[in-house]
Amino acid sequence: MSEKDYLPGTQVPDARGYFGAYGGRFIPEALVAAVEQVAEEYEKAKADPAFAAELDALLKDYTGRPSPLTDVHRFSAEAGGARVLLKREDLNHTGSHKINNVLGQALLTRRMGKTRIIAETGAGQHGVATATACALFGFDCTIYMGEVDTERQALNVARMRMLGAEVIPVTSGSRTLKDAINEAFRDWVANVDSTHYLFGTVAGPHPFPAMVRDFHKVIGIEAREQVLERTGRLPDAVVACVGGGSNAMGIFHEFIPDAGVRLIGCEAAGEGVDTPRHAATLTKGDPGVLHGSRTYVLQDEDGQTIESHSISAGLDYPGVGPEHAWLKDTGRAEYRPVTDDQAMQALRLLSRTEGIIPAIESAHALAGALVLGRELGPEATILVSLSGRGDKDMHTAAQYFGLYDQNNGGK
Amino acid sequence: MASKLSAVLAAAKSEHRAALIGYLPAGFPTIDGGIAAVKALIEGGCDVVEVGLPHSDPVLDGPTIQTADDIALRGGVRIKDVLRTVAEATTAHPGTPVLVMTYWNPVDRYGVARFAAELAAAGGAGVILPDLPVEESDEWRKAAGEHGLDTVFVVAPSSKDPRLAEVTAAGSGFVYAAAVMGVTGTRAAVGNLAEDLVARTRATTDLPVCVGLGVSNADQAAQVAAFADGVIVGSAFVQRILDAADDDAGLAAVRELAAELAEGVRRR
Repeated sequence: MSEKDYLPGTQVPDARGYFGAYGGRFIPEALVAAVEQVAEEYEKAKADPAFAAELDALLKDYTGRPSPLTDVHRFSAEAGGARVLLKREDLNHTGSHKINNVLGQALLTRRMGKTRIIAETGAGQHGVATATACALFGFDCTIYMGEVDTERQALNVARMRMLGAEVIPVTSGSRTLKDAINEAFRDWVANVDSTHYLFGTVAGPHPFPAMVRDFHKVIGIEAREQVLERTGRLPDAVVACVGGGSNAMGIFHEFIPDAGVRLIGCEAAGEGVDTPRHAATLTKGDPGVLHGSRTYVLQDEDGQTIESHSISAGLDYPGVGPEHAWLKDTGRAEYRPVTDDQAMQALRLLSRTEGIIPAIESAHALAGALVLGRELGPEATILVSLSGRGDKDMHTAAQYFGLYDQNNGGK
Repeated sequence: MASKLSAVLAAAKSEHRAALIGYLPAGFPTIDGGIAAVKALIEGGCDVVEVGLPHSDPVLDGPTIQTADDIALRGGVRIKDVLRTVAEATTAHPGTPVLVMTYWNPVDRYGVARFAAELAAAGGAGVILPDLPVEESDEWRKAAGEHGLDTVFVVAPSSKDPRLAEVTAAGSGFVYAAAVMGVTGTRAAVGNLAEDLVARTRATTDLPVCVGLGVSNADQAAQVAAFADGVIVGSAFVQRILDAADDDAGLAAVRELAAELAEGVRRR
């Protein structure tokens, strides 16, 4: 696991966890020792071949890696004829990319001698992956989930409980992902001796942004090889959805030195970036500090966080990982807003042209690829991170498209 | 020259007692009601007060202060109202140091130099910024120093001794010993973590060490006062206001609790 120089002479993150002006460690004193322990243990693990071997074995035999690369010809016809290739993280065990990071941090938890794991979850995919790993490793597991999200992702709540996790609906604030993270931090401060906070995205205090990215960079490493093998060249663009930004960092990372490959993150524009109801943090936010790191934040003039909105629980977050903030400012990556409706239309399109029902989160990337394909034309190749599957979203989709029989009362 | 905060804490020490430090968020239950409540803390017997600047994401606060912050923010409290709260409290009680306690992002967003200048102009004595660790605090401490503001840092039972030395070397005014592992809120018993933390902290600094750990009555205040230089009380005051039938009853309850705690810190 070697670090890369993105720009000449720039080692990122630096020793204090900064990607340019973003990142760092804005945490209460009570968590300093625990976060330092995570950083130290992660450095030791990175240098330990036994750790890599154990993680690789789990990724292969438990998760089912490498995940396939799928050519989607009928979908491509709707994307201006550009060749669209899907990196199928939806086919991982538990149904999304989240398991990559969870297994890495679960191994780390065992190395630290801790016996309890807590996590936040938005769509429930990180919660399900965490509950799965806790079952596998025999850890106690508590998942914090905003009450709004427990309702719109009820299937995943049931999955987590089936796996033996305690799911605590969070009723404070906007009752979504941001507030679930707040509540998980409160738990961690009170129980830090026994508990690891298995943070689910590339945000939070150093070392989480770099560590979570590292556990996901297998996505981009595999995809780059698969695309080269399949097409004989690099893709013109890599497209991924961005909430906190973990699947995007995972697939982007390996392509960052490939200057000719455009990296495009699709943020949730909700009802539109000119309305108050969106989660387009990089498009509409300003630099600030949220959940332990300096990054872009949707906030008012007094530094109060503004509630986000997205039809997708996993993208409904008013912050974003600090490395994305840095990639935006350096111009290495572009971030585009995708509305609820664009995402839902793309979800239906992929379902009906390819027989693949994507998660609503991932459908934002598909919608971005449809627009980009029409811009680039039929000679282009676009790699899309299909970060998760859509089973969990069937209730939302059924309501959106009126798929329930009327006399069944909508449920 | 010693700051007003240092002088007040030294005066308490010369009386062989701990200081009483009270906390309430600005804008709670209303902006003007919050100003009256902060004055009531002082009138009841607090030696130092901390005015909270409510934040949308109070990750270090338990349900009581979360509720108060939520009421304040829904009521439309702004940073300018927090500064007015400080100004009115210091005008009415010029001898009492008034600190602002908040999370880092509001200060960062408002502008570090601007916030320091305006807080000093309002008569504020300093700040407590519990999610701004020493490593990230250079810019703030420079601005605070230029305006004569104290910066109080927090230490925790999990802080190792070398870390305690780093933190206390960077701070001024006093050291805030957050002596239970957990969020803010009242607790039934005074834990033994507190006394150990105070002793370890004292070994690194001459600054007074004040303890916050969920004290809610005079007996607990007396227990903490036996080993600490100051007793910090927040959630118990907030709870009195939440429980009060109306604003006047809330103010009376704050004064009454402050007086009770002031007696506690003076017990021998």
